[in-house]
Formats: sequence, C-alpha cells, structure tokens
Amino acid sequence: MYTEKVMDHFQNPRNMGEVDEADGVGEVGNPQCGDVMRITIKVDDAERIEDVKFKTLGCGAAIATSSMVTEMAKGKTLEEAEEISKKSVADALGGLPPQKMHCSNLASDGLKKAIEDYRSKHDS
Amino acid sequence: MTESIFLDNAATTRTDPEVLTAMEPYNQDKYGSPATLYALGSEAKQAIDGARQSLADLIGAEAKEIFFTSGGTESNNWAIKGVADALESRGRHIITNEAEHHSILMPCRYLEKKGWEVTYLPVDDDGLVDPEAVIKAIRDDTVLITMVHGNHEIGTIQPIAEIGAAARARKVLLHVNSAQSVGRMPVDVDELSCDLLTISGHKFHGPKGVGALYVRRGVRITPLLLGGGQERKRRAGTHNVPGIVGLGKAAELARGRLDKEPARLTELRDYIIDSIDNNMEDIRLNGHRNKRLPNNVNFSFDGIEGESIMLSLSYPTSKDKKPIYVSTGSACVSGTLEPSHILLALGVPVELAHGSVRVSLSRENTREDADSFLAALQEVVERLRSMSPVYKRGSKKCTSGSSSDGCDCEAAS
Repeated sequence: MYTEKVMDHFQNPRNMGEVDEADGVGEVGNPQCGDVMRITIKVDDAERIEDVKFKTLGCGAAIATSSMVTEMAKGKTLEEAEEISKKSVADALGGLPPQKMHCSNLASDGLKKAIEDYRSKHDS
Repeated sequence: MTESIFLDNAATTRTDPEVLTAMEPYNQDKYGSPATLYALGSEAKQAIDGARQSLADLIGAEAKEIFFTSGGTESNNWAIKGVADALESRGRHIITNEAEHHSILMPCRYLEKKGWEVTYLPVDDDGLVDPEAVIKAIRDDTVLITMVHGNHEIGTIQPIAEIGAAARARKVLLHVNSAQSVGRMPVDVDELSCDLLTISGHKFHGPKGVGALYVRRGVRITPLLLGGGQERKRRAGTHNVPGIVGLGKAAELARGRLDKEPARLTELRDYIIDSIDNNMEDIRLNGHRNKRLPNNVNFSFDGIEGESIMLSLSYPTSKDKKPIYVSTGSACVSGTLEPSHILLALGVPVELAHGSVRVSLSRENTREDADSFLAALQEVVERLRSMSPVYKRGSKKCTSGSSSDGCDCEAAS
C-alpha cells in the first residue's frame, strides 16, 4: 500500500522532536480525526529555516509526510518553504494512496502555520 | 517465506494441512458434480454428505439442517433476507444491536429501505446486549432477532441462550452469527435455542469461500440464489465440492480439539491481557474481561493511532525480529473518516477508537508468540508516544478546519 520511501520515513523519521526555543510553532489536525501535527521552526537572520522538527500523532502516511516536510523545508527561505504543497510532499515520497492524500497529508499546512506564527511575532 | 507471527486470526486462519489433503482429490480425480447420477457424481455426493454430518456434529444439529454457502457473509445475508421474505405477511420488524458486523447491518439497512423496521439495541461499556432490552423490544410484528455470538472485533460473547429462550417464548425466530465462535469454543444450537446459525470455514482453519447456514427443521426461509435444485432447493449453484470437503474436515478436526484448545487459548488470551494491563499505562481493554472469545484481545492506546501501531509491528526495524500481524479499528484502515462503529457503540472516545489494536489467536500461536508480541508492542507504543504531540497533554481543541462543535475531519482537506 505504501511506497518504500513512505515506509523509510515512517520507520526512520527525520527531524523528530521539538526545536529548542522555537521561533515559530504550527499545529494542525485533531485527535478525534486521528491526526495531529506540530511543527516547530528556528529561523536565522536571513529568514532561512535553520532548524525544523515535527511531532505527529497519526497513521503511517501522517508520520512520513511530516518527516518529509521537515527534510524539504530545512535550509529554505521562508518564502521558498511556503511553496511546499501537499502534492510536492506526496510526490517526494513517491506518491500516497488516494485516501491518504487529504486526511493524513497536513504537514505542509503545519509548516505554513509555523511560518505564519513566526511572522506574526516578527513583522510588527 | 519470511517467518512471521500471525495474530489476525479473527480475519482469517491458515488452512490446516490435513484439510488441504482431504480436499485435494476433489479437484483432480474426483471432480464430479454431486447432482449427477453416474459414479463420479455419487462419489462427490457422498463426500459432501460426510461433510454435512461433520458440521452438524460440531454444533449439535442434524445433517439435513445444514446448508452450504460461500461463507459467513452469504449466510448472514441469506438468514436475514430469506426469513424476512418468507415471513413478511406476519410482520416487518427485526431486532439486532448496534455493534454487529457489516454483513448483518447492511442487509438490515437494505430491508429498512424496503419499508421494514429494525431496532438496533444499544450495547453497554463491555459490548453486552441486555436480554431484558431484547424482550422489551419484541413486538407483535417482530419476525426475527439477529444477534452475534462472539463479536469479531471486541470478542464479547452475548447472552444468546437467554435471548433464545425469550425469542422462543414469543415465537420469534433467532439467528445467531457464530462465524467467530464455531470451531473455537463449544457451540450447540439447542443450548443457544437458536433457529438459524452462521458458520464460516476459514475462521477455524478451513478453506476460504465456503461456509454454511444452520436452519432448524420447520423454519421457513426463501432462497437467496435461484437456479438448480441443490441443497434441497434452498441454495442453487453447483456445489463447491473441494471447499465443502475441506470445511467438513476442519469441523471434524475442531471438534476433536474442543476439549483442550478453548482452555489453552483462554489462558494465552488472559496472559496477554494481564501483561498489557500490568506493564503499560494509559490503555483501555475493549470488550468484556471474561465473557469474550477465547482468542480475542483488544486494547486502545492513548495518544497514538492504530494503523501506525499495526504497521510498526508488521515491519520490524531489526532483521532478527519477526513481523507481527494484528489489526486495528482506526479510521485509517476502514476507508472512511470514522473509526470502528463497534468501538463507538461501546462509548469508547473517538480518539481512543483510532488507537485500538486487535490481537486474535489461533491454535498455531504459542506463549513464545505472545512474549514476542508483548515485547514488540511495548517498544512500538513507547516510540510512537515519544513522537506524539498530544500524549500526556490532555485534550486540546481543534486547531484547523474547525466547525463550531469541534472538528470536521473533512474540512482539513
């Protein structure tokens, strides 16, 4: 059902945990839906994502997409990172089963929320 | 073949080698149809008659009360639709419960669309139906009560004998879905006071695609399949002779093991339940502690999701560990956004229903399997909880796609 890449990220998740003294935090989902993702980011002076970590409650796809999003976002500028979409995450994993595209692929939303959170604290 | 530990025997079981041996001649040398009169046909006829007797012996019935079908789903559909059709003039009301298998609920919903009324009785925290509630629900126009014996997901055993006695007193037929209990524990149609009973072959080491419906002598039922005169005109279609022979052999083997195997399974089941209870925290046992199938264990784990537990167990990270196969009531495997309707019927909170794991044993499982599973489970649950943003945090409101009364899971898409 899952690609090798999905299974790899599920079994060996990258960047799991929480960034110390995060500059931005984004959380999406709900335990009642079976999916919650929490993305924390550290942003440097040039507005690049210096570090990013995730914590996820959810199925195999939820964990793999979270891991992949952190890998894709690391080192990118905030603007570049905002371009990461559900589709680009799924593509990078070699595809997701159709029923998992929406309910379990919220990590890019979590990242956007973390960036928003950062901006709301720094733009003013 | 990779060695693995199969703990999903409520889904299906491995066909017993003795069953395969018994079936083999009926694919090659003895391929006749039992409906034909020449020698090749009568050989097959004798074989299915033998299987019918073995099955009857297993459940305390007479051979002529056994009708072969394609399995549990067909038997359940036939019992409900067939009795409904035959007794329509007497009334159009059926009683069942909320935690039934879909092969019971769907035919009931089909009949509702045709104008029937169905009472779906609630179950308590342990999944039990109150026999008093069944008695109260019986009306003058009630023609059928359909009640599971042992629930496939949570294992709870219903008080069928009490319900059966009440049904009989009110002259209402009782159908029992016994797919999970026949062959695993003693089942006797007279003790249960039932009129129809579903049997599925592949749940007790028989072949897939074959089962039976017990129909007590004198019970009126319309056939589901029309055509030839097979099964005394009640179930048309050329007999699945190898399958039926295999089912008969499985019944014979199961009957021979009934004196010891249920007790051994119960001990193994209790060992797993007690070990999880004593060694892990933030868990919930689903289903009744003692009134449950001898081979069923079902737990929910707080803060994590069932599919990821199931996947982690089936793909161990180190090569020296065997894959372990279990199942879950999480929405992620149901193909819908809702977790198991059975867990929800027990009043299990939605988030805990997502985090459920079912272990179902068979005669092939050992104490060593149980120990491997328990060790792997502990590791997997710890690992997934360390990744969970909600474990030990308490409840938190929806943060995306929220609707006024909580979370709309679809809105997150």
